Amino acid sequence: MTAVTEHEVSLVPATDHSPQIRSLDLADFPTLVGREEEWRFTPLARLRGLHTGEIGAQSPVVVTATSLGGATFIPNSPKDATRAGFTDRVATFAWTQIADVATLTIPKNTQVAETIQISIAGTNGVAFHQLDVNVEQFGEATVIINHSGSATFAGNLDINVADGGKLTIVSIQDWEIDAVHAGHHRVRLGRDATCKHIAVTLGGDVVRLLPSVDYDAPGGSAEFIGLYFAGAGQHAEHRLFVDHSQAHCRSNVVYKGALNGDGAHTVWIGDVLIRSNAIGTETYEINRNLVLSGGGRADSVPNLEIETGEIVGAGHASTTGRFDDEQLFYLESRGISADEARMLVLRGFFEDLLNQINVPEINDGVRTRIEERLAGLR
Amino acid sequence: MSVLEIKGLEVQVTTDDGPKDILRGVDLVVRAGETHALMGPNGSGKSTLAYAIAGHPKYHITGGTVTLDGQDVLAMSVDERARAGLFLAMQYPVEVPGVSVSNFLRTAITAIRGEAPNLRTWIKELKESMNALQIDQQFAERSVNEGFSGGERKRTEILQMELIKPSIAILDETDSGLDVDALRVVSEGINRVRATGETGVLLITHFTRILNYVKPDFVHVFFDGRIVRQGGPELADDIEANGYAQYTAV
Ligand SMILES: Nc1ncnc2c1ncn2[C@@H]1O[C@H](COP(=O)(O)OP(=O)(O)O)[C@@H](O)[C@H]1O
Ligand SMILES: [Mg+2]
Repeated sequence: MTAVTEHEVSLVPATDHSPQIRSLDLADFPTLVGREEEWRFTPLARLRGLHTGEIGAQSPVVVTATSLGGATFIPNSPKDATRAGFTDRVATFAWTQIADVATLTIPKNTQVAETIQISIAGTNGVAFHQLDVNVEQFGEATVIINHSGSATFAGNLDINVADGGKLTIVSIQDWEIDAVHAGHHRVRLGRDATCKHIAVTLGGDVVRLLPSVDYDAPGGSAEFIGLYFAGAGQHAEHRLFVDHSQAHCRSNVVYKGALNGDGAHTVWIGDVLIRSNAIGTETYEINRNLVLSGGGRADSVPNLEIETGEIVGAGHASTTGRFDDEQLFYLESRGISADEARMLVLRGFFEDLLNQINVPEINDGVRTRIEERLAGLR
Repeated sequence: MSVLEIKGLEVQVTTDDGPKDILRGVDLVVRAGETHALMGPNGSGKSTLAYAIAGHPKYHITGGTVTLDGQDVLAMSVDERARAGLFLAMQYPVEVPGVSVSNFLRTAITAIRGEAPNLRTWIKELKESMNALQIDQQFAERSVNEGFSGGERKRTEILQMELIKPSIAILDETDSGLDVDALRVVSEGINRVRATGETGVLLITHFTRILNYVKPDFVHVFFDGRIVRQGGPELADDIEANGYAQYTAV
């Protein structure tokens, strides 16, 4: 890949990027105009009123959970008033709109061998959803959430992994081309808890996801993997916030995206905050984008704020490039057609991520779907 | 038996200061079974000749012809040239992250042979060729050229040549950056391909060192974008003893 921009920075002056508002009450959020730092990349006009509240007819998503093993799924648990406030206006709006909460619980000391599958299918209307995934102490599970169909969807995911728990959770955005999806994916980690959150954004008109992690105790480890494609006119936005507020925790963020065609727009924001008490923190974040053809635009903003120097390591990198002519020439000079050469380079670009996603317990469906989408991109 | 014919080849590159003429009329005929050494100082245009024949998009043909068995090479795309029987071992082989050597080779062989090789025989063939070039089997699973030393890259180029079995192979400074042992291993690989009698080799170099292992039938001295002298192996001995200056003085 030809690097267009490359930053390798380990320490930048602290400017406070931590969210200003945390609330379950929509009235606490000012009306959006689009110039706000968190919204400046988002095409508000295409959110179909999720940001203003002037929405069309509601039509709930169809949610099914299968292959639960020892886990329990309740589609309509009562709504609580005790959870932490959301930091995003649309996420809070979704909270105010839902009547109940879907909960998936992995009981204490239970290792679920099956890959738990949750399907969230749009039904061509506006839909709101709240899913809680609770991994109790020393529980272990792998969960795939597959979003499909068409909807204007605001859905939040609250993940709690208690002490010693281990969760791998994949969120696939495999929407129809006209779908809108806004979602806050919040991870909370107990002592020595581990969560690997994988976002695979394949389709939709606008997808705007906010994966974040809070650490409740030392020893937590969060991994965020993301793989996204934007075709002509598509907007795929992922804004990460990693809040190191506990000592001896780790975080690793790896997001890669490909853009193809005019008006393809991807946004990746990686905000990592290491608070003054978070000694022994180890964090790294990287975003790479490959512009395949046309006038796509990839915005990539890594942001690392460090309030203590007593850390194990911190770094970030970001690159955006186009196909490398020398690589293509090399492959073609071995008889490989131009199309196939591009496909090889493209697959190669995602190979390390695919390997991380393709852990044995995760259904090959994910990889197959990515391969199909890749094949359509060449 | 294949024959590559280059006639009056003129090539330009585009630089920041506009187009620049590099090749100024190259005439050369290479037949399968023959080995030609093309020798010349740095910057004389040797790699330009190699890239132009292979079809690198940076090099613009402004005159002359290149044919392989009478077919117009210049009208072919890069991959068509390779499938027609041309092979270029590059002076600086390119890294392709995320594409394993074995995947790359299998894809290339499938393209060149027109069908996927039988898996069992292919694995055996690959293993034997790697052993012969003293390439560790682990390299099959590494990304193409990524993190390879200069010598490892050159050996991998020769590995590709051995598997592809081209009718004409252009080896651009395959000897540079090799230590004595690697030079011997690589030369043996080139000689195995020569011994089939089915490949014509154009060996580009600016040192005579490799010619102690790979004996050329013809030697061409290249300077300022054209061949300035042609002869037999004795020409290489002369260059070894007296340098290029005698041929390149203007
Ligand atoms: N892509 C290019 N852009 C600009 N100049 C080039 C390019 N390729 C080659 N040249 C110039 O052409 C001349 C011949 O280069 P090259 O063919 O690499 O020589 P050699 O292989 O004999 O050392 C040199 O002056 C070199 O700087
Ligand atoms: Mg050269």
